Amino acid sequence: MRGGHCVSDIPGDLRYTSTHEWVRINDDGTASVGISDHAQDALGDIVFVELPEPGSSVNAKDEVAVVESVKAASDIYSPVSGEITAVNEALVDAPDTVNSSPYENGWFFKMKIGDETKLHELMDAHAYSKHCDDE
Amino acid sequence: MGQQTSLYQKHLDAGAKIVDFAGWDMPINYGSLIEEHNQVRTAAGVFDVSHMAVVDVGGKDAEKYLRYLLANDVAKLDEVGRALYSAMLNHDGHVLDDLIVYRMSFGYRLVVNCATRGKDLRWMIQNTDGYAVSIQERPRLAILAVHGPESINKVCEVVEEDQTNQIRGLKYFHGVELERFFIARTGYTGEKGVEFIFPDSDASELWDKLLAAGVKPIGIGARDTLRLEAGMNLYGHDMDETTSPLAANMEFTIAYEPEDREFIGKPALIAHKQLRDAGKLPELVGLVLESRGVLREGQKLVTDKGEGIITSGSFSPTLKHSIALARIPINSQSCEVDLRGTITTVRIVKPNFVRFGKKVFE
Repeated sequence: MRGGHCVSDIPGDLRYTSTHEWVRINDDGTASVGISDHAQDALGDIVFVELPEPGSSVNAKDEVAVVESVKAASDIYSPVSGEITAVNEALVDAPDTVNSSPYENGWFFKMKIGDETKLHELMDAHAYSKHCDDE
Repeated sequence: MGQQTSLYQKHLDAGAKIVDFAGWDMPINYGSLIEEHNQVRTAAGVFDVSHMAVVDVGGKDAEKYLRYLLANDVAKLDEVGRALYSAMLNHDGHVLDDLIVYRMSFGYRLVVNCATRGKDLRWMIQNTDGYAVSIQERPRLAILAVHGPESINKVCEVVEEDQTNQIRGLKYFHGVELERFFIARTGYTGEKGVEFIFPDSDASELWDKLLAAGVKPIGIGARDTLRLEAGMNLYGHDMDETTSPLAANMEFTIAYEPEDREFIGKPALIAHKQLRDAGKLPELVGLVLESRGVLREGQKLVTDKGEGIITSGSFSPTLKHSIALARIPINSQSCEVDLRGTITTVRIVKPNFVRFGKKVFE
């Protein structure tokens, strides 16, 4: 995609992966995961979301969910190792929520993180912004 | 940076996301492909398709030459303004391009795909031996397509009042020259509408008037989903120079009559017919997936008669499930697709899904 640098929204309180997932640490210690504004914009209108099984154990970089837009299908990777504790069932009937609210209502799943120090290996907003620019 | 149409800045002003399309910087959408798609199915949208190549053919042998060059027969164009969809075949009877040819007061006007422009021009010139024809590309012409149930009304709001009767009176695949505009009832969406072919210096003015009248700009993303729902082929995907038109749902465009007309590829087509009669030529069909998931170009298929492949696939915004065009063994009764590792049954239908906003297959 052309158009120069990343003009998308990148909240400063989240961590990001090179594959465009974001991670938020919730008050109860679980982590929410979704895809970035940059990712939803690149995919365009999202029409289907496939979510992981709650209770399943996943490793970092496992393919755990799928997002399909009119134009493309894309895998969602687990940012860290842990256990899936909840999934956002609302996305099944309203997948376009990922387009309209990528960081809030458009979350994909929550997980209990095995080793929280691994979160520091993910990018902060500044590094992710640079990553988007370099793509 | 690629080539740009004269409306490039207008696209940016309308919020377009620009992508490379065969060397051209084109708007893929102006925000939401689905909203643009629905706009054309329910109201009216305008597409800038000035990247397509316009080639004018004149000279005293123009008709004779095109009757030899094209698989459809331009002799059917019995009056100025009429249009015909045709394949241009090579000597193997495979599809070099698909195009629209209009009969004009000066001769004929061909609109060909932008990705095949150079190849088409070379082929056309190569085959002029013995014909008194002139072949001229018209790169400074813009093409705007205005489509949707409200398109004709909207167009009539922006043209001169004395032109509206002629536009309203146009039949499908007929066109008329009105001052600097050539306007024809042709298009690529399965909705009613017109295409304007006119000097690109006038493009901005017409674009602005259409938008002011409430016509919305539509990107090439929705153009693709609209044409797929209408079951229309996309060159380079559903057919190319390795494909017989008989294996691309294009037989209706082949004019076998009159029998004494020779055209490029005709002897090969006769052989393709024999292959087909022996069940050895595949066919292009429609596929429908009513459960979750999206059929995509390149996905492999297995039918009761053998293997096949999806040539175009997408989510259908009108039907709200996935549809595809696919090439499979002829007379297949059942079909399964490998959907990202999951084998899923899909339904085989005629390759025509939506016309005038409504589902048309059973």
